[in-house]
Amino acid sequence: MANPCAVIGIGQTKHDTKRDDCSQIDLVREAAQRALDDADLTWRDIDAVVIGKAPDTFEGVMMPELYLADALGAVGKPMLRVHTAGSVGGSTALVAASLVQAGIHDRVLTVAYEKQSESDAMWALAMRIPFSPPLVAGAGGYFAPHIREYIRRSGAPEDIGIKVAVKDRLNGVKNPYAHLHLPDITYEEVRDSLMLWAPIRYLETCPSSDGACAMVLAAESAAKTPTPPAWVHATAMRTEPTMFAGRDEVNPVAGQECAKDVYRQAGITDPRKEIDAAEIYVPFSWFEAMWMENLHFAPEGDGWKMTDTGATAIDGDMPINASGGVMCSNPIGASGMLRFAEAAMQVRNQAGEHQIDGARLALGHAYGGGSQYFAMWIVGAEKP
Amino acid sequence: MRDVAVVAFAQAPSVRRDNERNEVEILMPVVKEVLDSLGITKDDIGFTCSGTSDFLAGQPFSFVSALDAVGAWPPIVESHVEMDGAWAMHEAWVRLQHGDVDTALVYAVGKSSMGDLLDVLSLQLDPYCVAPLWPDPVSLAALQARAYLERTGRTERDLAEVAARNRVNAKANPAAQVSGDFDPAELLSEPYLVSPLRKHDCPPISDGASAVVLAAGDRAKELRGRPAWIRGIDHRIEAHSLGSRDLTRSPSTTLAGEKAGVNGKAVDIAELHAPFTHQELILRAALGLGDNVTINPSGGALAANPVMVAGLTRIGEAAQRVISGEAGRAVAHATSGPCLQQNLVCVLEAAD
Repeated sequence: MANPCAVIGIGQTKHDTKRDDCSQIDLVREAAQRALDDADLTWRDIDAVVIGKAPDTFEGVMMPELYLADALGAVGKPMLRVHTAGSVGGSTALVAASLVQAGIHDRVLTVAYEKQSESDAMWALAMRIPFSPPLVAGAGGYFAPHIREYIRRSGAPEDIGIKVAVKDRLNGVKNPYAHLHLPDITYEEVRDSLMLWAPIRYLETCPSSDGACAMVLAAESAAKTPTPPAWVHATAMRTEPTMFAGRDEVNPVAGQECAKDVYRQAGITDPRKEIDAAEIYVPFSWFEAMWMENLHFAPEGDGWKMTDTGATAIDGDMPINASGGVMCSNPIGASGMLRFAEAAMQVRNQAGEHQIDGARLALGHAYGGGSQYFAMWIVGAEKP
Repeated sequence: MRDVAVVAFAQAPSVRRDNERNEVEILMPVVKEVLDSLGITKDDIGFTCSGTSDFLAGQPFSFVSALDAVGAWPPIVESHVEMDGAWAMHEAWVRLQHGDVDTALVYAVGKSSMGDLLDVLSLQLDPYCVAPLWPDPVSLAALQARAYLERTGRTERDLAEVAARNRVNAKANPAAQVSGDFDPAELLSEPYLVSPLRKHDCPPISDGASAVVLAAGDRAKELRGRPAWIRGIDHRIEAHSLGSRDLTRSPSTTLAGEKAGVNGKAVDIAELHAPFTHQELILRAALGLGDNVTINPSGGALAANPVMVAGLTRIGEAAQRVISGEAGRAVAHATSGPCLQQNLVCVLEAAD
């Protein structure tokens, strides 16, 4: 890895079903201004802007970064637009970090957003008609068979998804920015909610949100801020094709290799023991169990046991999604960056009510496409 | 900075409508050609980056299937920009600066014939105040051209000469879509498309793809006897609102050109991504390129303009001329957005 990179400013919007109080411009500025305030910087201090979001069909604007250039203070500066499907929020942060690590810029503003209420996210995600048969509607229909296969392989009890859903929603109550605040949610309520795509019930599904996240990433010389920075210890991206005979969609090789790469860079040999907090992309509750295995926190077939025994709870030995995660807020393009940012907030001791005591090393994780795009980083309180 | 070079370039022939092939099928032979020309395979590539647009394909995640042209198995280190491939190349160049990988594959594909390109591009505009009026890119370029002619005293004849020269140059470019010998006076007898622009002032609508391979340091020298070294690369954006810009100038091109180090040494050739004739003149002035610089020996975007691809192709065309020995120092430029809103400049040189 090249030059050190620090996270010196973090901001996010209040996420909601429909932010009809604001335009796309207001939404990205709300997050970006908070990140600048956190870093004690102004727009003028920024060298370049790297923005990411998921498909342009969500808002119906082609390459919206062109229209957002003024609002993000990018005029006269380099501006780059990343799109790597659902992992994009994570990849965007990695591309921004890459500019600092390569020594090109000292302070990069990176922003990710989605204003899903401007269209119908489910149909915006559906494959094109008539070129591909419309076999599935939205992401739930696509991922439900992966979950069924996971349950078959692992022999997991059928209520693991319910337990994750309750845990993440109760975590989300501690996060003032979370879209869903469901303090009274119960196991029975999740169990009795409508079955959407078996085995995924309504309350085992992420919401569709409007929201944005922003970070200021800086070179070592510029990493002087009121709150100590989070240092980037490792970054990795991996991609594999959507489908081919023999592909393991439940435990994708790209995810396994991406995780191994960040652990190697960060000098981690026992991730469950050494990582204090992880924010991972769980759009449907069962994915917590699946990703525990893909991320090598648990042996294959045992991921669900971490949920079942409470290891992934906020007071467990491997707290997962203390912020409430994607299950509480899912502005798709921003969701990956929110994971990366929440990981950095943990090691900066900035997470408020959902802070994990003494968190020094945290993992941010995002995935996208048909479980085929992965982006991860590891951030720490100490400079690597 | 680590020395990084363009070591190979390939492109698909631009056509108005490729009815027989989808994006992957257009791209596959291009990726194969660019790797074969170096005697390497995808397994020799350390980083892959691409530029495409979902709105051209009319499909979310259209870049996902384009991956099949590369064969991303075993899993690869890969990223994608929803921009012209020239910006994907910038990302790859940055990634090579880290020092842990030595090669990168960059590709772009654009199949404009999938929809009505003029309608599609109007959706790039401010979604609340401008896009609902559906102003198409030709009309916006015409506003720019009118302002440019009025400020500079240049004439429609000057524009026709730009068109004629590019079409002559394109005769030597097998990938070009529009080429031939045309008399500017005859071109001027054509009706306006949108005054002051005639058909020859506008780019063709194209389906196409291109790819380059970047390599760093000694690896570049191993792969290519005379690599096109990237001596500088930079990109800048301007305000989106047309009313807040001086459309007759391109300050972001000037700034990117300064950062990339265009001036100081003589430039042999320049490949400027000017989809409209007047934009070539604006860009030429913005970069301070004199009369001794050969502009767009390929015929430029006026000869072939696959959206998302044409900028990367400018870099490839310029690099190809350095690699072949035709040029010692070349400037390549890419643009994005209405009326030259965003611009990238790359300086390529042979080794001293």
